[in-house]
Amino acid sequence: MSLNELPMIGDPESLSSAKVSGSRSSKPPLNRRDFLKVIGGGLLVCLRPVSSWTQESGRMLGGHELPKDINAWLHIDADGRVKVFTGKAEVGQNIRTSLAQAVAEELRVPFDSITMIMGDTDLVPWDMGTFGSRTTPTMAPQLRNMAVAGRQMLLEMAAQRWNTDASKLIAEAGRISTPDGSKSLTYGELTRGENLVRTVGDPPLTPATEWKIAGTPVPKTNGRDFVTGKHKFPSDIVRPGMMFGTVLRPRGFNATLQSIDTSAAEKMPGVNVVRDGDFTGVVAGDAFTAHSAIGAIQSEWTVPDQQGNQGLFEYLKNNPEGRAEGPEHQTGSVDQAYANADVKLESQYTVEYIAHAPLEPRAAVAEWNNGKLTVWTGTQRPFGVRDELMQAFHLSPQQVRVIQPDMGSGYGGKHTGEAAIEAARLSKAAGKPVKVVWTREEEFKWAYLRPAGLIEIKAGARRDGTLVAWEHHNYNSGPAAIGTPYDVANQLIQFHPSKSPLRQGSYRGLASTANHFARESHMDAMAHAAQMEPIAFRLKNLSNPRLKAVLQAAADKFGWSGAKSTPDRGFGIACGTDKGGFVATCAEVSVDPSSKQVKIRRVVQAWECGAIVNPDGLRNQVQGALVQAIGGALFERILFGNGQIQNPLFSKYRLPRVSDTPQIEVVLLDRKDLPSAGAGETGIVGLAPAVGNAIFAATGIRLRSMPMTPDNNIIRI
Amino acid sequence: MGEFVLNINGKRYGVNAGSDETLLSVLRNRLELTGTKYGCGEGQCGACTVLMDGAPTRSCSIPAVAAANTKIITIEGLEQDGKLTPVQKAFLDEGAFQCGYCTSGMIMSATALLRDHHSPNYEQILGAMDGNVCRCGSYPRILEAIKRAAGQTASGGGR
Repeated sequence: MSLNELPMIGDPESLSSAKVSGSRSSKPPLNRRDFLKVIGGGLLVCLRPVSSWTQESGRMLGGHELPKDINAWLHIDADGRVKVFTGKAEVGQNIRTSLAQAVAEELRVPFDSITMIMGDTDLVPWDMGTFGSRTTPTMAPQLRNMAVAGRQMLLEMAAQRWNTDASKLIAEAGRISTPDGSKSLTYGELTRGENLVRTVGDPPLTPATEWKIAGTPVPKTNGRDFVTGKHKFPSDIVRPGMMFGTVLRPRGFNATLQSIDTSAAEKMPGVNVVRDGDFTGVVAGDAFTAHSAIGAIQSEWTVPDQQGNQGLFEYLKNNPEGRAEGPEHQTGSVDQAYANADVKLESQYTVEYIAHAPLEPRAAVAEWNNGKLTVWTGTQRPFGVRDELMQAFHLSPQQVRVIQPDMGSGYGGKHTGEAAIEAARLSKAAGKPVKVVWTREEEFKWAYLRPAGLIEIKAGARRDGTLVAWEHHNYNSGPAAIGTPYDVANQLIQFHPSKSPLRQGSYRGLASTANHFARESHMDAMAHAAQMEPIAFRLKNLSNPRLKAVLQAAADKFGWSGAKSTPDRGFGIACGTDKGGFVATCAEVSVDPSSKQVKIRRVVQAWECGAIVNPDGLRNQVQGALVQAIGGALFERILFGNGQIQNPLFSKYRLPRVSDTPQIEVVLLDRKDLPSAGAGETGIVGLAPAVGNAIFAATGIRLRSMPMTPDNNIIRI
Repeated sequence: MGEFVLNINGKRYGVNAGSDETLLSVLRNRLELTGTKYGCGEGQCGACTVLMDGAPTRSCSIPAVAAANTKIITIEGLEQDGKLTPVQKAFLDEGAFQCGYCTSGMIMSATALLRDHHSPNYEQILGAMDGNVCRCGSYPRILEAIKRAAGQTASGGGR
C-alpha cells in the first residue's frame, strides 16, 4: 500500500470538527444539492467566487482553486433556526461552540438557534483543513462576514415590507423590529418562502467591546452527549449491514514482503481475505473474527537495517533533505559580534520523536452506493482525505463524500486518511459497508510522529546584558517560531530539513516547542552567565509590548520576585510567541536531593491572543496544553531501531496522568482592541523551558534534551 | 463461539462470542453500546471502564464470557429518566473535557470512587483516577468535577 502524502513539516500545523448522523437509515446520506433542496425555503447567504476574498488569505491553497460554484455558508430556516456551514473540524478545541458564538453575535440571534454543519465535504465549502491555529483568525471572521450580510438582508426585507428605511430598524434576538416596537417579525417569518443569494463584501464587524454572545463563557455545544456516551465519534459509527476490516502490517518500516500464506484465515467462517498488490486485509462480520483472521495470516518480510535512536542527532545533521535554502533570517554579522562579545555561550539542544497518541486512534467507516463512496472518518482535513480517496480510487469530487464526526482529538496527528482508504478498499471488495479501527499499536507505528530535531544556538552579549549576537540552527524539527522575539542586532537563523528515518508530520505547535525550549533555555543560561536576574535579562532585550505584558502578568501572579530557589526547590520562567499568541510560563519544581527525582509542583501561565471569544474554552485549551506539554518536557519519547518502534503501547510509552498534574493557574489577558488569534497550540511551548530553567535553578544542572527526565523523572547527567 | 447472557444496564443481552473476545469488543461491536471507548487494549488508559457488580473494570482486559452472571453498568446506564447522575452533571458543569473521548471512562471511574469515598482525599482520587488518561489534559477540571460531585453526593444528591 502506498503511504499517503503527508503534509510536510514546513506546513502550518495542527489542530481541530463535524456533525454526524449516526443514522441507522439505509439510505445514503443526502448530498449537497439534495440537502439544500430539503432545507429549501429560507435565507441562504453565499459567497460568490467573483469575490477577491479567499478564506485562507495569505496562504497557499494547496493547488486548489477556489470552488466555482456558489458556496453557502449560512442558512436561516423558516422556523428561524440557523445552519452554518464550515469545513473546519471539531477535535476538542471547542470551535463548534466558539464559531457559533461569533455567528450568533453578528446575526443577532440566540446562541441556541445555531447549528454548525462541519467537515462534511458534500455540505460545506471547500476548506484546507484544521491546523495552524487558523480557525479563529480566518474562519471566524469569514462566518461573521456572512452573518453581517445576512442581517443586512433581513433588515432590507423588513424595510421593503414596511416601506421604510432599513437603517431605522433594529435586529435583535432573531427579530427585526421598528424602534417603537409597533412592528416586529422573526427572521423565519421574514424569510419564509424566499431563497436569496447575495455576494458578500467586507461589511463592518461588531467590535469586541460591544460583544454580547462572543466573549462569554458559553459551555460546549452538545456537552451533554459527551457525559452520557451518546455522541458518536468516528469509531462509533454503525451502518446497516456493516462488516469489520483489519489490515496486515509489514514487519517493519521499508519492509519487503517475501512470502505470505492466507489459507488459515480463508478457512475461518465468514472471513473474506482481500489481496491487492502489497495490500492484504480481511473483512469479517465481527471485529473479533477480523482481528483473529489477520493474526492467522503467515507472512515473511525482509526489513533493511535502519537508523535508530543511537546517533540520531548526528544523522539528522548530516543527512539534509533537498537543496539547501538560505537562512530564515539574517542581519548584521553574527561572527563579528560574537567575537567581540563579553558573554558567550554555544550549546546544542535536542528533541526526540514523540507520538500524538490521540485517545481515539484512526477510524473509518466506508460504504459504496452506485459508484459513490461515503466515508466517516476522524481527520483534521476532510477535503484532504477526499483528495486521497479520489486519487486512490480514480474518482471525481462528486463521487466521494467524507464526513467528519467530532472526533477523539488529533493534535496535528490526523491530517491523513490511511484508515479511510483501507476501509474504502475493503468495502469495495466486500460489497458492504466496512469499519476499520486502528489498534493502539497501529496508531503508534503506522501514523506519523512529531519530528525529532537538533538545535544549535550561539549567543553573545555585552557585559550589561545587551544581546549582540544570536545564531540558531534547527535540524529537522521545523521552522515554527524559529525567529527570536528579542532585539538582537546580529542574527543568523536557519532551518535545515533532514531525511527523517521515521515518518513525521504536524503536531500541536510543531517545532515551536523545540525552538522555544532551546531559545528560552539558552536565554536563561545567558542570564546566569551575565549574572543577571532572568526576567531582567529578558526585559533588557525585549521591546514587544505584548510579550512584555504576559511576562509581567505571569511573574506577578506567580510571586516571582519572592521565589528564591534552593537545592530541593527551583523556580523557572520562559516566554515566547507564535501564531499570534503570547505566552509566559512560570514553573516551580521540587527535586529529591538523594534520588534526583523531579516533580512539577506549580505552574502559572499568562496568555494573550487578542480579543477572547470564549474565556472558558480558552482557559481549557491553555490548561490542557500545559498538561500535554509535561509529557514532551519530561518523559515522552519514541524508542526505535531497525525499522521497529520499540514502545508502541501505553504500557511502554508514558503519557501525562492526574498524578503528573501540578497546580495550574492561567492568567488570561483580554485585548478587545486586537483581532482574535487561535489558541489551540502556542500554550504548549513555555512549559518545557520553564521547567528546565527551574531544574537548573535548584540543581545547577542544565538539561538540554527533551524529554529531560525520561527515566522515571530522574535527573541523569 | 459460545452463547451466554450479559446483564447490562438492567437489560439482558444474549451474546454469541468467542471465549477470548473482550467485553469491550462485545459492547461496542456486537451490542452497539459505543459509549464505552477503546483507547489502548491493555488496561492502561481507562477509556473502556465499566462497572461490574459495582467494581470499576477495564472492559478491554476481560473476556466477555467472564462478565456473564454479573451486573454491568456502562455510561449509557447512568442517566435515569433523563436525569444525569451528580458525577455526570459535575463533569458537564465544570466543562471537564475537551474532545470528550475519555469522558465515559472518567465518569465510570469517578462514580466508583465517590461511591466508596464520599469525600475522597487526594491519594484516594489518584488511586481511582490515575489509570484514566485524558490526552487533552483536562485533569485540573476533572479533579474539580470530582470535588463538585463529592459535595453534591455528601449533601444527599446521590443517584
